[in-house]
Amino acid sequence: MQAFIHYVQSYLTSDKTPGAAGNMFWAFVYILLIFTGLSIAVIAMNWLERKILAHMQVRLGPMRVGPHGLLQPIADAIKLLLKEDIMPAEADGLVFWMAPLIVVLAAFTVFIVVPFGPTHAVTDMNIGVLFMLGVSSLSVLGVVMAGWASNSHYPLIGALRSSAQMVSYEVAMGLAVVSVILMTSLNATGTGTLSMIGIVQAQQSQGIWFIFKFFPLGLIAFFIFAVAMVAETNRAPFDLPEAESELTAGFHTEYSGFRWSLFFLAEYSAMIAVSSIAVTLWLGGWLRPFSSLLSGSTWDLVFSLFPGITFLFLAAMCFYSTARMPKHPYFRIQTIGLAGFGIVLGLIGLVLFVTPVRDRVQDIYWFSLKVAGFMYLYIWYRGTFPRYRFDQLMKVGWKVLLPMSLGVLILTAGAGMWFSVGK
Amino acid sequence: MHQNMTDQNTSLSPLDLETPEKPFLDANELVINMGPQHPATHGVLRVILRLDGERVMGLECVIGYLHRGVEKIGEHRTYTMFNPYVDRMDYVAAVSNGLGYCETVEKLLGVEAPPRAQYIRVILTELNRMASHQLWLGTHALDIGAITPLFYTFRDREEILKIFEKYCGARLTTHAFRIGGLQYEAYDGFEKDVKKFVSFVAPKIDEYEELLTTNRIWLERTKGVGIISGKDCIALGVTGPVLRASGVKWDLRKAQPYANYKNFDFDIPIGQNGDTYDRYIVRMAEFRQSLRIIQQAVDGMPEGPIMAKVPKVIKPPVGEVYHSIEAPKGELGYFIVSDGSTQPYRMRVRPPSFVNLQALDVMCRGAMVADVVAVIGTLDIVLGEVDR
Repeated sequence: MQAFIHYVQSYLTSDKTPGAAGNMFWAFVYILLIFTGLSIAVIAMNWLERKILAHMQVRLGPMRVGPHGLLQPIADAIKLLLKEDIMPAEADGLVFWMAPLIVVLAAFTVFIVVPFGPTHAVTDMNIGVLFMLGVSSLSVLGVVMAGWASNSHYPLIGALRSSAQMVSYEVAMGLAVVSVILMTSLNATGTGTLSMIGIVQAQQSQGIWFIFKFFPLGLIAFFIFAVAMVAETNRAPFDLPEAESELTAGFHTEYSGFRWSLFFLAEYSAMIAVSSIAVTLWLGGWLRPFSSLLSGSTWDLVFSLFPGITFLFLAAMCFYSTARMPKHPYFRIQTIGLAGFGIVLGLIGLVLFVTPVRDRVQDIYWFSLKVAGFMYLYIWYRGTFPRYRFDQLMKVGWKVLLPMSLGVLILTAGAGMWFSVGK
Repeated sequence: MHQNMTDQNTSLSPLDLETPEKPFLDANELVINMGPQHPATHGVLRVILRLDGERVMGLECVIGYLHRGVEKIGEHRTYTMFNPYVDRMDYVAAVSNGLGYCETVEKLLGVEAPPRAQYIRVILTELNRMASHQLWLGTHALDIGAITPLFYTFRDREEILKIFEKYCGARLTTHAFRIGGLQYEAYDGFEKDVKKFVSFVAPKIDEYEELLTTNRIWLERTKGVGIISGKDCIALGVTGPVLRASGVKWDLRKAQPYANYKNFDFDIPIGQNGDTYDRYIVRMAEFRQSLRIIQQAVDGMPEGPIMAKVPKVIKPPVGEVYHSIEAPKGELGYFIVSDGSTQPYRMRVRPPSFVNLQALDVMCRGAMVADVVAVIGTLDIVLGEVDR
């Protein structure tokens, strides 16, 4: 027992990730935390997407289940779990059964290397970026399997579209990533890194986020990645595989209930995964904004207060809405519930002001905030853009993004050479 | 059979859509059934698509899922009793249907509605044209994947429906007009409401255009899609904005003026290419022309009676009459044969949607699956009218 406690405690002083330090216990804890956090994030995303989209479209969105529809995702989850699990008679049972599992597995496995902070990752692989791109592209396998196993025309077309789309956008995506890896090699030793943590540390030591590096080269590479990642996750305006107006629901037309919810879960966690790649590679990962412009211990302190302030702000919004709730007795439970939710958020906010918590949490906070920004973009795209046609999608992927990313890659290499020779 | 499908010269030949002899994967050919339960077929239209990958080799429309025998019902009702039935054909433009029917019976009877009634008719009909176009715009954009315009157009369409509701108590199937004029005088504040609506909706149309007209993806999805030439349009009997977008300046409001339209000053917007984008532009321009007409009608509304002298029991003389109006979707014609009794001997409706739908096959050959959805949207069909 003593040995175990010692084993657990030994990691606390480490400055490595649990995986890198070889501590299985903490790695397991981290996996559980990330899994929980991700599930909560997907639930929150579900609610936020419906609400934000609704407000963009001059309507209210969910308002009935819980105050301001806060319990809607839970109600949806219960509904999906209770639904009859239908498998078409003509379907290939085993493949049909495995497809959602593969998609979910791919979407979740990626998070092993996502660095929420210098030590806040399950492990730090030296091929982190490759691992992420490789594993996340495995989900196309699940999609093709789902479309094939359904043994029906619409899912088949959806799956064909999806695989073609994912494969072609991966090329431009990969090339955009390579230009970042070139940037990481601009140090004394001249060696770059594929490690996710290493990439953020390179941005830290160079004192600039890679989106601003060799302006506008970094920005263009980021733009290419940002477009490709929307296509990669099959979201609007590239949501052809599940084009509702053409193919009803694309590759998961025949899926219902729990299996369908697995696809849903995978889609949203894949969105979070690619967004976290983008954040890590271009937006400085866990680094706080303006770290070189507003440096010094005072600014550090000010920025470390942000997590607490955010939660207090959310709590204040809850209290504001509580005050605005109708006074009718029918709304009494909802009003109490909303106030309770506000109190919970406020307490979390207060806890986040405590010094030791504050120091440990701010990395995660900045990382999550940047990812949340991407999530908002996803919703915004969905509310704004019409859908591309299949051939146009291919045209954008191969004729626009691919040459652009090749050009950016060459120019980045040239710029890197130029500046390192200048030194 | 295969030759027939791809041969461009026989683009108007009837389709042979039997089940392929071989299984689809071997034949490199996919027959897909779209509808009658499908989110993008605007009701219960069934389209059988013959695909080569994503490319459409041919299609066939199957209609009749919403057939209610409206024409036959007309032969068993008196002229007055049949009036509300016409609202149920093109239910998004019920007022236009009513106008067409009332004017046809009036022509048969040889009476004409008084000027004030005609002005109110024009205002309501043009409002309905806008409501119909708003519904078209919302659903068309939704089919192409832009989900937001739908809610904007429905928000503004609501204002039109409120005016209808205040005028006659109904929002959708209005039964606004009577044979010989109107039953209801314009309510107090009708003119104010209409004027307020005109000034309210003008900037909203710019808002719709801002979302779509110069949107890159919208341009790519609509330009050069579903092209139909003016000649083909005339050959197929296609009318309305679809015909005008192909460069044919034909609008019954100008060509055969009815209901006082000759007193109003408005333009007929036309397109050149006959593609989906031109049809979009034409309809957007029609919004503005409708606003112009409404503005003029409200400003110049005469005083006077709203009902002509029509006998209590309508017994038109023996004879037949055809009268057509420019409904939001095209030429809406009524052909009535009277045998001198209180009921028509034969009632025939020429609905624009039904005729325009014929062009779907011509417009979709060689296009992608996604274009079929866009073309169905741009044809602006209402299945209630296609099937009657």
